[in-house]
Amino acid sequence: MDLYTRRLLINRFNLVVSLFTMLFGLFWLGWILFTLFKAGLGGFSAKLFLEMTPPPGSDGGLLNAIMGSLSMGAAGTLLGTPVGIMAGIYLAEFGSRGWLAPVTRFISDILLSAPSIVVGLFIYEAYVVWVGHFSGWAGAFALALIVVPVVIRTTENMLRLVPDSLREAAAALGAPQWKVIVLVTVRAAKAGIITGILLAIARISGETAPLLFTALNNQFWTSNMNAPMANLPMVIFQFAMSPYEEWHKLAWAGALLITLSVLALNVFARVFFRNRTATY
Amino acid sequence: MSAVVNPLQGQAQADLAALMSRRISDASLRKQYRLDQLFRHATRLFAFLVLALLAGILIALFIGGLSSMRTFGFGFFFSAEWNPVTEQFGALVAIVGTLTTSVIALFIGIPVSFGIALFLTELSPKWLRGPLGTAIELLAAIPSIIYGMWGLFVFAPVFASHVQPILKSTLGSVPIIGILFKGPPMGIGVLTAGIILAIMVIPFIASVMRDVFEIVPAVLKESAYALGSTTWEVVWHVVLPYTKVGVVGGIMLGLGRALGETMAVTFVIGNAHRLSASLMEPGNSIASALANEFTEAVGDLYLSALIELGLILFFITFVVLALSKLLLLRLARREGRTT
Repeated sequence: MDLYTRRLLINRFNLVVSLFTMLFGLFWLGWILFTLFKAGLGGFSAKLFLEMTPPPGSDGGLLNAIMGSLSMGAAGTLLGTPVGIMAGIYLAEFGSRGWLAPVTRFISDILLSAPSIVVGLFIYEAYVVWVGHFSGWAGAFALALIVVPVVIRTTENMLRLVPDSLREAAAALGAPQWKVIVLVTVRAAKAGIITGILLAIARISGETAPLLFTALNNQFWTSNMNAPMANLPMVIFQFAMSPYEEWHKLAWAGALLITLSVLALNVFARVFFRNRTATY
Repeated sequence: MSAVVNPLQGQAQADLAALMSRRISDASLRKQYRLDQLFRHATRLFAFLVLALLAGILIALFIGGLSSMRTFGFGFFFSAEWNPVTEQFGALVAIVGTLTTSVIALFIGIPVSFGIALFLTELSPKWLRGPLGTAIELLAAIPSIIYGMWGLFVFAPVFASHVQPILKSTLGSVPIIGILFKGPPMGIGVLTAGIILAIMVIPFIASVMRDVFEIVPAVLKESAYALGSTTWEVVWHVVLPYTKVGVVGGIMLGLGRALGETMAVTFVIGNAHRLSASLMEPGNSIASALANEFTEAVGDLYLSALIELGLILFFITFVVLALSKLLLLRLARREGRTT
């Protein structure tokens, strides 16, 4: 075999392998989604959204878990988003000088990928131990801490995409800096910032680890954020690990529900804002 | 040249000043200046909050783990004992389990991610790049508890009945590495956890690799093509060396993710505080020990030992992620960009 044939063959072989790795990646996505639909679709009915989580061995729904997840998710997003946006504004608009901005950027990016179970531990130590009981608020705080770095990253990236000529034009008209930022740059970057918030919501919707030691779980309906609160991921965890057939069925239905909402949020965020936003 | 004094200049300046003072009073200027200051300090306060958060996490975990640190000292890292009844705790099994599963994940994840990035940047038709890239990124969006459930109920049985026997009969009889594949094919265990982690880190590594591959200047690639290189040679000898730093950064990012992954591992690793050479045996990782035992832990020392485990996990991932970030920053700086 001469050199050229060998190079050609190596090239062909490696490119085919590359194609297969792509298929390998898609294969898992397909398999997981297929399983979820097959096992979870049967559990989808009005009951799922109208009834409470059942005791072992009987039928029921996931209403309290869904409501718990929604209220903790909403509280977490509302708490975390303003912090993230303000810090993101600092990094993008005031962060060109001094040590604070680079350090904050660095730490925030690390917290973005830090293990979420550690966040749960932190809230446990800092809040749950202090008030003496698990609670919906503790869960919301843990989720808020996960929201912050996601929002910081996207806010900063999006503000940086706003051309400086816009800022200069506003400044030339005599606008003070806070007006330039609030009324011009943030407004120009609005779509991107909202995308970031959507991605953050998607991220916390499926988080289980930070809720283990904070919100815990609750078999009953509660709208009291100061008490342990049911939530979808914890209910799925508990039901999936149990030996009961009915619970398994509900766990799969819940798993499908979470996955569909998370994927829908992700796809929607991408369509909503076409430009790629790096969120790693 | 003598300075030419424009007689109108002084007049014009005075006019302008008069005009400005009429339109913008000093008081309003001062007010806006104060608002500016206020706004800047407010945003800075929130940036500080992020640093305070990191400090808070470290302090809270340190205080929580203090009584365990006092009792076990450095021996905590090297003891494989984990006995809640006699209150003897050691982190060795959990640390080894965390590292082993992550290494398996990288072992599978790196080549696959490289292939995917290569496919997305060099081979795929333009119109397919977006959808395929999104599909791979969606793998990262699937919540980890779903991976865990799927791994336990769907993947593990298939793995136990179809893959593990083959691994045992082939790799199991090879000297030296054979010991890694001994034991009953149960489906759950360190190897299963590692494989599921691999699927979870692929999207992170692949998307960093794709992003850094895309910044390679077209001139470099075209020059190599013009010299007669094949696509593979261009990727292997031009693209990869140029983006080396970023690729390693992406791998470290994947490692950081794998180390701290909780729910997926908890479902499939088997949660046994036992050290065994075989990858098919159940083991434990730091995160899954926390997830399984924390709410049921009775006794201050037990809790404290778990919190110290959390501190160790945070420390390891922090170092790995910091390295990843530094490497990616280095590549970005060479690129003349600042993110």
